[in-house]
Amino acid sequence: MENLIALLIAAPLLGAAVLLTGGRRLDAVGHWIGTLLAGASFVFGAILFADLLGKDAEHRTLTQHLWSWIPVEGFQADVTFRLDQLSMTFVLLITGVGSLIHLYSIGYMEHDERRRRFFGYLNLFLAAMLLLVLADNYLLLYVGWEGVGLASYLLIGFWQHKPSAATAAKKAFLVNRVGDMGLSIAIMLMFTTFGTFAFGPVLGSHEKPGLVTGASEATLTGIALMLLLAACGKSAQVPLQSWLGDAMEGPTPVSALIHAATMVTAGVYLIVRSANIFNLAPDAQLVVTVVGAVTLLFGAIVGCAKDDIKKALAGSTMSQIGYMVLAAGLGPIGYVFAIMHLVTHGFFKAGLFLGAGSVMHGMNDEVDMRKYGGLRKYMPVTFVTFGLGYLAIIGFPGLSGFFSKDKIIEAAFAKGGTEGWILGACALLGAAITAFYMTRVMLMTFFGEERWRRSETPSPAEPSVEPAAETHGEHAEPHPHESPRSMTIPMIVLAFGSVFAGGFFSIGDRFLHWLEPVTGHSHGDAPISAATVTAATVTVMVVGVTIAWLQYGRRPVPVVAPRGSLLTRAARRDLLQDDFNHVVLVRGGEHLTRSLVYVDHTLVDGVVNGTAASVGGLSGRMRKLQNGFARSYAVSMFGGAAILVAATLLMRAV
Amino acid sequence: MSFPLLTATAVLPAVGAIATAAVPAARRTAAKWLALLVSLATLALAITVLVRFDPDGARYQLTESHAWIADFGVRYELGVDGIGVALLALTALLIPFIILAGWHDADPLETGSRRWRPTQGFFALILAVEAMVIISFEATDVFLFYIFFEAMLIPMYFLIGGFGDRAHAGSDENAAAQRSYAAVKFLLYNLVGGLIMLAAVIGLYVVAGNFSLQEIAEARANGTLDMATNTERWLFLGFFFAFAVKAPLWPLHTWLPNAMGEATAPVAVLITAVVDKVGTFAMLRFCLQLFPEASKWATPAILVLALISIVYGALLAVGQRDIKRLVAYASISHFGFIIMGIFAMTSQGQSGATLYMVNHGISTAALMLVAGFLISRRGSRLIADYGGVQKVAPVLAGTFLIGGLATLSLPGLAPFVSEFLVLVGTFARYPVIGIIATFGIVLAALYTLVLYQRTMTGPVKPEVSAMPDLRMRELVVVAPLVVLLIFLGVYPKPVTDIVNPAVKSTMSDVHKKDPKPEVEAAK
Amino acid sequence: MNPVNYLYLAALLFTIGATGVLIRRNAIVVFMCIELMLNACNLAFVAFSRMHGNLDGQIIAFFTMVVAAAEVVVGLAIIVSLFRSRHSASVDDASLMKL
Repeated sequence: MENLIALLIAAPLLGAAVLLTGGRRLDAVGHWIGTLLAGASFVFGAILFADLLGKDAEHRTLTQHLWSWIPVEGFQADVTFRLDQLSMTFVLLITGVGSLIHLYSIGYMEHDERRRRFFGYLNLFLAAMLLLVLADNYLLLYVGWEGVGLASYLLIGFWQHKPSAATAAKKAFLVNRVGDMGLSIAIMLMFTTFGTFAFGPVLGSHEKPGLVTGASEATLTGIALMLLLAACGKSAQVPLQSWLGDAMEGPTPVSALIHAATMVTAGVYLIVRSANIFNLAPDAQLVVTVVGAVTLLFGAIVGCAKDDIKKALAGSTMSQIGYMVLAAGLGPIGYVFAIMHLVTHGFFKAGLFLGAGSVMHGMNDEVDMRKYGGLRKYMPVTFVTFGLGYLAIIGFPGLSGFFSKDKIIEAAFAKGGTEGWILGACALLGAAITAFYMTRVMLMTFFGEERWRRSETPSPAEPSVEPAAETHGEHAEPHPHESPRSMTIPMIVLAFGSVFAGGFFSIGDRFLHWLEPVTGHSHGDAPISAATVTAATVTVMVVGVTIAWLQYGRRPVPVVAPRGSLLTRAARRDLLQDDFNHVVLVRGGEHLTRSLVYVDHTLVDGVVNGTAASVGGLSGRMRKLQNGFARSYAVSMFGGAAILVAATLLMRAV
Repeated sequence: MSFPLLTATAVLPAVGAIATAAVPAARRTAAKWLALLVSLATLALAITVLVRFDPDGARYQLTESHAWIADFGVRYELGVDGIGVALLALTALLIPFIILAGWHDADPLETGSRRWRPTQGFFALILAVEAMVIISFEATDVFLFYIFFEAMLIPMYFLIGGFGDRAHAGSDENAAAQRSYAAVKFLLYNLVGGLIMLAAVIGLYVVAGNFSLQEIAEARANGTLDMATNTERWLFLGFFFAFAVKAPLWPLHTWLPNAMGEATAPVAVLITAVVDKVGTFAMLRFCLQLFPEASKWATPAILVLALISIVYGALLAVGQRDIKRLVAYASISHFGFIIMGIFAMTSQGQSGATLYMVNHGISTAALMLVAGFLISRRGSRLIADYGGVQKVAPVLAGTFLIGGLATLSLPGLAPFVSEFLVLVGTFARYPVIGIIATFGIVLAALYTLVLYQRTMTGPVKPEVSAMPDLRMRELVVVAPLVVLLIFLGVYPKPVTDIVNPAVKSTMSDVHKKDPKPEVEAAK
Repeated sequence: MNPVNYLYLAALLFTIGATGVLIRRNAIVVFMCIELMLNACNLAFVAFSRMHGNLDGQIIAFFTMVVAAAEVVVGLAIIVSLFRSRHSASVDDASLMKL
């Protein structure tokens, strides 16, 4: 059974290799090859899942050793896979959602001449992501970690002819590289501390921790903080969150799969996987919770101000991952719930993105929500599935998000002490803002007047009678329509997940029992009862929805965004974080490199050229002594001889 | 006496060079094929060496030894250890690709009006360089090594100065002036280094009484040859200076961007992927073995210089406007990593450094050769003259991206393994230096992706809109390199198996042991 | 007679010759002064030979004479051809020895 693990990765990897090297011959069938291999991976995952379910909770870890990767004196890195409950959960999420999104992309990318390559990249992503969650040591995980970064780079920049897409792709990769630096330093620290970086020896199990117990707390805090840096990069947490909004330049299925459901949650996986390190480094855990809390508010605030539907959803993703990171920082109280929220979020956020993609598909790729409105009549399936995702994310009682988010808020309070209160309050506030901005998205897109109709928005700059030929293309009035079957089916499936997954996981604590053997669990001591928290959560949700309705439902939405308050304007600009980056890093960097180029040319090279020039000058002067007159040569010869004789005599005298 | 395999690997390209040069002027194509065949035959011989080499056997294998200048104890002594054999294989491997990539680089611009036979000369010089590089990887006699270490400057000088890149922005005269400036700069830098080394070689003879690496190293190890501390340090510095110029280490690096910028792309690969490796290789073989104590003494300073090279090279690469100069500065950054790995004095660092030499050769060759194909199509080296190539020539752009990703050490490609080993090996002993060097990976991503973005993505520039994709010959050059990059990234064991025992011996030469893990040390 | 006096004489002759080489312009005279210096050396050699009681100095004196004769042949030939081309035997008129 273990041998199936490699096949999980091999199937999409084969797909990527075939599709990317196959050439135009495969254009006609490429998307089917990609989808089938993703599906095959899901089937393997399901078989392995059934196998794990048939075993005792203690024996649910499978390992497969393939080959010795980097054998060097005192250093051993192997290609070994490890499948336990945690990675199994991810495998199902990745291959499941991944297969659905492959299916969706067949329709979405239908008119793109480079569709084959798109599927190649998607398969590459699946392979790398599976490698990330299945790796048995940190270095192999690092391969998957950068592999998903590469796939993300290629997919964000898929429409490379747009400079904005190419820039966004580069930015994503670079910001991630900063995080990756953290991961490599963490691995180096592990190597010097433990002599290995394989999960088994270093981490052990949660009952019986491995080598980590022998290390000092300072070292462990260092490792944990470096891992957190890595997680911040990949999961778009403050301060490395700036790339996620720009990443929306990629095709929408990419945003759904990579930048909502799977890749961006890798940071949470890393923290939960390294639970035994974090458990022994309370200071680092505190930092993790702070990062989570700050990001969940940050993302939510940004989400409120964006008019671009995908960027609003991106803010929301950031915020929801903030919840997960917060939960992961709480330690054993929160690990299980972090992962549970991760899975339910995978369903509803992927569903929301696919819905957004479907809307864009019907609206000539318009992303500005102010130019939407009243679409529920035209896209009923999209409206229903998007609506269910919406209810799930705001935590409507009974739907997925309700169960998982509620647990995180409870856990935050259960952290105890002042910290618990502050974190809990942040989480509650975040829930209110989530309800607000998601309601805003919903209202602006599907309700209200049909602002996309050209006649209703006459622009003074345009002539009233337009030449027919030129109105075609981007400027044509959109004709909203429902998307093809290949796109709606995945949306429906994901909507089912958004509705039922949370309940299914929570009833009888199924998810808790499934994951507990890997991550451990403790209840903490909550200062307030679970019922109170639930009531509070529902209340703030209702408040958020109401405010949004008052602002966007009751009144018509202006097509041109109003100037807005200072906070709104800042939030539209990602709370000025990009401006800061631009001024400090980009400008500063440009100045630095430019001055270094100057220094290299004038100083380093200058010293050498200067030496050459002075030797040249000296010899030019010396040349004047050679005047060609025999007598002056004779003088110098006599002089030299005289000096030699004098020196000899002098030496002898001494 | 058995067949002198090592001599054959060097003699074959040397004879090939003479034969190629002697091909009549009219038979240019024949000369190209002859050169290619000779280089392939050399590759076959190198593979034979690789097969015959037993990693677990004696340190130096396939040895040959003959008296040469008996009065001075100079012998013709050859032998390879794991490090030498790996680099020998790399050299023999890259030369056919270089020849194939430069297939048309030396075609006369106008037919019939040349007194001289440039095509024959070009390929003959490449083979001559190959012969000399190979023999310097094999020489175990210091004097023999020195001769070829210096002699390879002559063909290199003509290759840089005589066959410049036609894609020059300025006028022809300006191009010729730039080229001869680059060639002279290359020659002078390396000659100065070589002269200082010559002084040290003579000094070594005075102290040790012969030139045999093995004998001296053995005598050093078992204490029969004592050097005064200062003598050892001066001799070490003499050797190291020459190698640091060749490698090149900051601040002796400025000849490289000029040389690589002005030379044709295949020659640029020859410089950075093959010839420069002799410098880093010689640090491992001669500096560490002959002067272990002085090496340890100089380590802190060298590490700092290497660190400066890493960060400085990368920053300057970001600031370049010329594609080839950008790659040159990236190479300076990579040489910083190699030197850092060598002087970190850990098994991981030195194995990583050796692996790095091999991987850097392959990855730079891939990136630079594709860049050369790109440049030859548009006739400009300036990044700003490109844009949107991806749309017109997707295969070219794809291979360029893979070469770039290898340069930024993406996991899964070969350079990652070596770079990580170097970093981990350095970090184990010098954590601060290791951490600062890690910034290099962010900067590497920056210059590579900026280069890719500016040349390959965005709207298609009118000048590149008719650009053809890679031709068959070019694909034959690039595809094997890409396959190798992936293979050695996933399965570097064949190389590490050969290198590990040699590194172990080097570590024992310098009397250094790897630091113990903290947890183990506490027990 | 004390052989040291011969050495004084040799030194005197050498100095006269050297001065002549340095201050005279006529190539022929310079040439003769060189001969004078050579002969001063020969005298010193012979004197040393006598003082040390072996023949080495005298052998070298003969050697010097042979060299001096050869030098005269070559030197006069150069001077003659210089005079032919420049119509002057002044050393300062010819500065052909620089690059």
